[in-house]
Amino acid sequence: MKYMLLIYGSENSWTEDERMTCMLESMRICDELDKEGKWIASSPLHSVTTATSVRVRDGQHQITDGPFAETTEQLGGYYIIDVDHLDDAIKIAARLPPAKKGTVEIRPLFPLPE
Amino acid sequence: MEIFAKQIEELYLSDSRKVFATLVRLLGDFDLAEEAMHEAFASAMEQWPKHGTPENPVAWLVSTGRFKAVDMLRRRVRLNNLQPEIARRLAAIETVNESQAKQDVKDDRLRLIFTCCHPAIDPRVQVPLTLREVCGLTTEEIARAFLTTPSTMAQRIVRGKSKIRDAKIPYSLPSLADLPTRLDPVLAVIYLVFNEGYSASSGEYVTRVDLTEEAIRLARLLMELLPAPEVMGLLALMLLHESRRNARLNFEGDIILLEDQDRDRWNQRLIAEGKTLVEQSLRSRRFGVYTIQAAISAVHAEAKHASETDWAQIVALYDILLRVDASPVVELNRAVAIAMRDNVSAGLAIIDEILCRGDLQDYYLAHSARGEFLRRLGQHQLAQRAFEQALALAKQQPEQRFLRKKLSLCEYG
Repeated sequence: MKYMLLIYGSENSWTEDERMTCMLESMRICDELDKEGKWIASSPLHSVTTATSVRVRDGQHQITDGPFAETTEQLGGYYIIDVDHLDDAIKIAARLPPAKKGTVEIRPLFPLPE
Repeated sequence: MEIFAKQIEELYLSDSRKVFATLVRLLGDFDLAEEAMHEAFASAMEQWPKHGTPENPVAWLVSTGRFKAVDMLRRRVRLNNLQPEIARRLAAIETVNESQAKQDVKDDRLRLIFTCCHPAIDPRVQVPLTLREVCGLTTEEIARAFLTTPSTMAQRIVRGKSKIRDAKIPYSLPSLADLPTRLDPVLAVIYLVFNEGYSASSGEYVTRVDLTEEAIRLARLLMELLPAPEVMGLLALMLLHESRRNARLNFEGDIILLEDQDRDRWNQRLIAEGKTLVEQSLRSRRFGVYTIQAAISAVHAEAKHASETDWAQIVALYDILLRVDASPVVELNRAVAIAMRDNVSAGLAIIDEILCRGDLQDYYLAHSARGEFLRRLGQHQLAQRAFEQALALAKQQPEQRFLRKKLSLCEYG
């Protein structure tokens, strides 16, 4: 069962040192998951100030600066993992450093017919 | 023939949810399990009169249900031109080995409670889902208990089932490390089911026996597998409440206060069982709120007459309860105990303090207790006003009748 873990948090709640420690710890967890065959993909994202939103309405491309919705917590990264069930996904999510400051949202991937 | 029909009907009442819970584990699908369970009972009606009752009827029903499910999926595959998802599930089910099917079925109902009460499920969905899937209540019955329409309730239950399926919430007991945090919502759900039965939130009648019995049955089930102190405490608390059921209401369905109840009508067998459990839990020294509340209830149960109640001990237990789980409602109950141990003025002072703080303003029992204390102190006008406030907040008809009676006492006083 594949799950996407979406990392939400306030971007300015991290010091540079904290960000670096978080990154190293996250990479270590990814290595571990990879060895167990549970890791599929993951990446941190650039700041929300770099976001671009695209909408096509009546054939017109609407390109705007910034994310789709203004919120206090921004999407800062993601993981895609392959585990047996939700409890395993929760255990992994709880180990991720950003869970201590922000929120990790767990979403099951919708399986497409082969 | 009729003997078999009666036997199967009884088996359906007592064991159909067990069969269902095991099929959920084996098939991994609520709806398929429900259908397979019914098909298995239908097969029993057909085959047992011909071939006799199997040695282990529950195991027979589980294994028949499993085969029926495989048949059903095969039919669906044919209809849907071999949908890969169904084909995969079919293969998975077919590989489930016999030994797994023979596992203790009691575990399966407990597994299902933990699944329905998984923290990833909306707390408002947990209780109805447990009542539907574990207790087997109909959607209409649950809707009635929650004062909502069957269609709203059906939507909530469907939402819960979809969450379990799509997010793949496991059908398993939590690990020992997770158990303490996972146990709390399960205990809370069982106690909610009990309270809904013991004191239905509104309507014509105060109690719903089916729900209190179901809650006690669930707690017993939990006890068998996890005899943790708070499980004992919760079971004891419910047994002690239940022991007073026959003395709690008069013929008109009106509430009789603890102090006015005919104590000869208390069920001594339930009291004895409750007390044993409380003592066992207290000895463990790892008890919590349920055990303390049960202990308070047990002190009441020990008094042959209301005047013999050991109020000092009850106040001491409320002090412990406040330390473990402080809440305005516990403070209110302690105030009543203080009034009984010391004097009415002391109790009234505590209630006034709680209300002045802004707590319990909407809680009819706070105003009702205040009214009673004022009445006993001879302050009839103030008492009347407090009872009027309580009446405006009370939702149940028996509660309203009780308060009207109190109001008329103030007028004559």
